[in-house]
Amino acid sequence: MSSIFAMHWQWLLAIVLMGLATYTTRISGLLLMRGVEVKGRMKAALDAVPPSVLTAVITPTVFMTGHAETLAALLTAAVAFFRAPLLVTILTGVVGVVALRSLGV
Amino acid sequence: MSSFKSEFRVGFADMLPMLVAYAPIAMLWGTLAAGKGFSPLEAMAMSAFVYAGASQFVAIEMWRDPLPIALMVVTIFVVNLRHILYSASIVRHMDRIPSKLHPFLIYVLTDEAWALLERRALAKPLSLGYFIGVAVPLWPTWFLCSTLGAFLGKALGDPAVIGLDFAFAAIFISILVGFWKGPRTGAVIAASAIAAILGKLYVPGAWFIMLGGVTGVAAAVLLHVESET
Repeated sequence: MSSIFAMHWQWLLAIVLMGLATYTTRISGLLLMRGVEVKGRMKAALDAVPPSVLTAVITPTVFMTGHAETLAALLTAAVAFFRAPLLVTILTGVVGVVALRSLGV
Repeated sequence: MSSFKSEFRVGFADMLPMLVAYAPIAMLWGTLAAGKGFSPLEAMAMSAFVYAGASQFVAIEMWRDPLPIALMVVTIFVVNLRHILYSASIVRHMDRIPSKLHPFLIYVLTDEAWALLERRALAKPLSLGYFIGVAVPLWPTWFLCSTLGAFLGKALGDPAVIGLDFAFAAIFISILVGFWKGPRTGAVIAASAIAAILGKLYVPGAWFIMLGGVTGVAAAVLLHVESET
């Protein structure tokens, strides 16, 4: 690293293009929904987006990593189910997974 | 106190626990970027401009000389496709926020911000103050901690040792539980998880997120009974 402020111009181009690609995905949802009346099946579909995508994103970590992660996930869900504050549930998961791993689960 | 201020405070308080997990993940990304030769300024530029954690980790993994720019941009796009669903879903709760602001606010709609906003929308429509309180502070936290990580280099060590690699999953699980509305939610979750597992096993790249997401939504549509709405 030559300097704190070093800039490779080709890297900057890559960064800008990746930023635009990301913003394209973010703005697309807004544009797609413009003027769409949300009811019936459309409402059912959009209502299912949060639980469905939240699940898909974490599936590899929770179900495809090891027993420690799966058990820690169940523990986290149980604590969250009893409406514990967010910080408590996050710490439960993080501390839980460390403990379970160290036990060799 | 104006309603903007009070709503901002509520949003900010809801977001604070996120920072505990967020700041170290951003620093970790910065250290990985430094390992690929990023200067702190370059790390800051990428985190400020791309601002999407999962895809930044994927991009750093692919970073090499010569830079495969086209492949990286396409990959990032696929990893971030879920944001289409995020913004399509959240915008119907943004009626009280001037629509001129929507394109700017949507820029800071990360996984964590979106999950918190959806949770809030279960209870009441989103206000501008709440949206800004939740979403905006995460942005400088992300790019400043990335910069700090790049500055410190490889001083952080393996995140798995302190369980940080699980923090993101724990955040999502906590919020997921709030969406439970009975057996149909169970069917959506099961459909999404099964499709995501199959996608992860058999489809190269990050398509598993969209496969799972869309399959879960399809399950909800199939189980939908018209008379309820």
